Amino acid sequence: MTKINSKIPEGPIAEKWTRYKEHQKLVNPANKRKIEIIVVGTGLAGGAAAASLGEMGFSVKVFCIQDSPRRAHSIAAQGGINAAKNYPNDGDTIYRLFYDTVKGGDYRARESNTYRLAEVSNNIIDQCVAQGVPFAREYSGYLANRSFGGALVSRTFYARGQTGQQLLLGAYGALSKEIKRGSVELFTRREMLDLVVMKDGRARGIIVRNLFTGELERYSAHAVLLATGGYGNVYFLSTNAMTSNGSAAWRAYKRGAYFANPCYVQIHPTCIPVHGEYQSKLTLMSESLRNDGRIWVPKKKEDAERIRKKEIRPRDIAEEDRDYYLERRYPAFGNLAPRDVSSRAAKERCDAGYGVGPTGLAVFLDLKDAIVRLGKDVIKARYGNLFDMYQRIVDDDPYETPMMIYPAIHYTMGGLWVDYELQSNIPGLFVGGEANFSDHGANRLGASAIMQGLSDGYFVLPYTMQNYLADQIAVGTIPTDSPEFDDTEKDVRARIDKLMAVNGKETVDYFHKKLGHVMWDHVGMARNKAGLEEGIKMIQEVRKEFWSNVRVPGNPNGINIELEKALRVSDFLELGELMARDALHREESAGGHFREEYQTPDGEAMRNDKNFMYVAAWEYPGDDKEPILNKEELNYEFIEVKTRNYKTA
Amino acid sequence: MDLKLKIWRQASRNEKGQFVDYEVHNISPDTSFLEMIDILNDELVEKGGDPVAFDHDCREGICGMCSMFINGHPHGPEAATTTCQLHMRKFKDGETIVIEPWRARPFPVIKDLVVDRSAFDEIIRAGGYISTTTGGVPDANAIPIKKVNADLAMDAAACIGCGACVAACKNASAMLFVSAKVSQFALLPQGKVEAKDRVKDMVAKMDELGFGNCTNTYACEAECPKEISITNIARMNRQFIGAKLG
Ligand SMILES: Cc1cc2nc3c(=O)[nH]c(=O)nc-3n(C[C@H](O)[C@H](O)[C@H](O)COP(=O)(O)OP(=O)(O)OC[C@H]3O[C@@H](n4cnc5c(N)ncnc54)[C@H](O)[C@@H]3O)c2cc1C
Ligand code: SF4
Ligand code: FES
Repeated sequence: MTKINSKIPEGPIAEKWTRYKEHQKLVNPANKRKIEIIVVGTGLAGGAAAASLGEMGFSVKVFCIQDSPRRAHSIAAQGGINAAKNYPNDGDTIYRLFYDTVKGGDYRARESNTYRLAEVSNNIIDQCVAQGVPFAREYSGYLANRSFGGALVSRTFYARGQTGQQLLLGAYGALSKEIKRGSVELFTRREMLDLVVMKDGRARGIIVRNLFTGELERYSAHAVLLATGGYGNVYFLSTNAMTSNGSAAWRAYKRGAYFANPCYVQIHPTCIPVHGEYQSKLTLMSESLRNDGRIWVPKKKEDAERIRKKEIRPRDIAEEDRDYYLERRYPAFGNLAPRDVSSRAAKERCDAGYGVGPTGLAVFLDLKDAIVRLGKDVIKARYGNLFDMYQRIVDDDPYETPMMIYPAIHYTMGGLWVDYELQSNIPGLFVGGEANFSDHGANRLGASAIMQGLSDGYFVLPYTMQNYLADQIAVGTIPTDSPEFDDTEKDVRARIDKLMAVNGKETVDYFHKKLGHVMWDHVGMARNKAGLEEGIKMIQEVRKEFWSNVRVPGNPNGINIELEKALRVSDFLELGELMARDALHREESAGGHFREEYQTPDGEAMRNDKNFMYVAAWEYPGDDKEPILNKEELNYEFIEVKTRNYKTA
Repeated sequence: MDLKLKIWRQASRNEKGQFVDYEVHNISPDTSFLEMIDILNDELVEKGGDPVAFDHDCREGICGMCSMFINGHPHGPEAATTTCQLHMRKFKDGETIVIEPWRARPFPVIKDLVVDRSAFDEIIRAGGYISTTTGGVPDANAIPIKKVNADLAMDAAACIGCGACVAACKNASAMLFVSAKVSQFALLPQGKVEAKDRVKDMVAKMDELGFGNCTNTYACEAECPKEISITNIARMNRQFIGAKLG
């Protein structure tokens, strides 16, 4: 086990970041142009970082899978972005945002990083308004706010139900400006398949596949930033975009980077339920609906059953026969309880036989009271696009009948381990956005992911990467014909050839779905020792079957969508096992990680702070060897560690 | 449902393409259009064939990646709906569905239904942003913005850059796309500083890339999945004339 150094600056929590910036090293402006940086990913984290680093004068190369940087998965974020502006004057402060985030994360986040996130949150809103992001406004002309789960203040800024889109287009605008200026070079339809690490241990480049020509390409730089998003698609069905993947992070892991807390996965309580076997993805109904919506199931099992059989309709159930279970169990937070708590409560009701919908795996999200109170027009203005989307998918009118929702995989708190500077244990490899193990501990609060992505991208990485790069000017240009580049490219080619050579009978999706089922059943919302042990075996079996029976048609030269998927799924088949191992080793319930053995008599999660108050940073020892567990102990100096309580304020 | 499909297959940019007939069976009406293509592709792969290449990502109608020309309409027959949000219940059992890529000179076909839309990125690069840099900006509430203007800016900013407007237009004009970006910034105080250069530079780039003129047929507005209004084109024209004069 290696000693982990998270490089947290000394001093009181509110001064750490300022002190860091005061003492960080800077690069001589005349030299910046000669320093090269690779940014993989053009979501909020990568787009913002690439633009800001370009503005500072560095030579940046930026890569994405899609045909344009504007289409990164961040575009789909709906509900909003948090900041501690306290514009509504309801008692918000930087400390409170910090506190809510650490508490929401069930005391498994690194205090110093989370404080910095809260600290720069206000700058993000300023920056985005200056870029022309059309946030929602009041009639006064000032910015509007709404509430999200896990908070008692209204601190969420939003642009209708398209907040991620508008923020990403802001970052894309900034990026476009830098591309035009020549400081950033753009590479679209490129997928990073490996990280190049030099003999001296530093990350110096990447191998990418050109998705149009199929060619493998080499790029070198003084530092590499991965902002490649989360790995929720390991479950096959999730709210993530189809190309969201874990491969860049996984490949970095296999080159020596630690993978932290892989078992911390967020299951979002308000998604449209699964409808059929050919379903390709799940659609989120923004959590913002919980502002005005009430969640319920019938109080009587008979009623639930008759609804499932479509003998009666939801509105036939009298008010006193409805169980608003979140309001009942968590009176202080009610329908705004955090996501992990709300998701588990929905599962609990459905497992007990009170679920609705054809499969019994759904609960109602009802806006009837709000429609009566505020009028249909107000509700339409707030949630119109979400209602339209629901109607298009389900063919039901949510203004007339309550929506049906069920939890679905949404976000991954785990990711590559990074220190205070967002640098991994591989020098020169930085990680931002959802791809790092992040500031959210074991559970992320709503509207905090895009806050973190933009915080990392605009306000943290441009400083910390510069600190690393200050002494790199002496290195000069890095050639791409070194043995390290040769060997890494050879490895990638071998992997592709091996996939093509299997020539089996089943499609890639067949294996992906199979893996997804195992993950959902065994490493999903509720986990236990026996289930995880069995899950690990099953994952290994699917992996074996994949490598002997997958069919990748065509050839690797040119567009080959099956090959693209096969490469991603082959990595998910390994990552899934590490997730299960991490979940097995963590003998406690914390945030999104719920172990059935560790709960209170009334079903609340039970942490074990004595033995598990650490970040699990897994190290790759080579194939066929058990991954090595490194621990970063978490010290809470500025927050009192408590049992999470959403029952009383 | 059982359906007959006529799909445009083209191996690469320089090769000639043609329609190929396929059939799919037992499709649930709740399946999305792209899931129906997934089913077809699974069958093709199982038989050792080459799956149909198409662009998609979010499958939620927001990334702008999906782009199929279905039965004569970009994104198919349903109004205000992207291809990925279209469901098979909108079609009839036994129907023949014709599926093509976007067809417009500035969007060359790369393979099957995949086209190259990088021309849109080039137009944005010509000036579709506010040239602020990170840091050093005033407090977000320093400049109040009238709610009506903020709402109109948001209406325009909802464009997903899919290119359906270009595919729908007989002249392959990109006016709706460009005017949406120009309008968003023209409506906000932050955007006014560079407004004149923005509209001139973006229009010049659009012309240079081979997009055609607008002859007011309004096909773009009718086919736009995000219901971007042609009033944006009128606003842009006013801006453009203003920029030329001053
Ligand atoms: C439906 C939905 C709604 C959401 N709503 C909210 C919300 O309201 N508020 C909130 O705070 N959060 C929300 N989230 C979460 C949030 O959107 C994401 O966590 C966040 O956008 C991730 O941003 P990112 O920059 O880290 O990565 P992404 O946006 O996922 O970008 C990843 C980038 O990396 C590229 N990439 C990936 N792998 C490779 C590779 N191997 N080679 C090259 N390029 C690669 C991709 O092309 C892409 O450009 C939502 C998520 C979903 C799914
Ligand atoms: S204006 Fe409409 S059709 Fe044109 S690119 Fe934007 S969203 Fe697509
Ligand atoms: S796939 Fe994203 S808009 Fe259709």
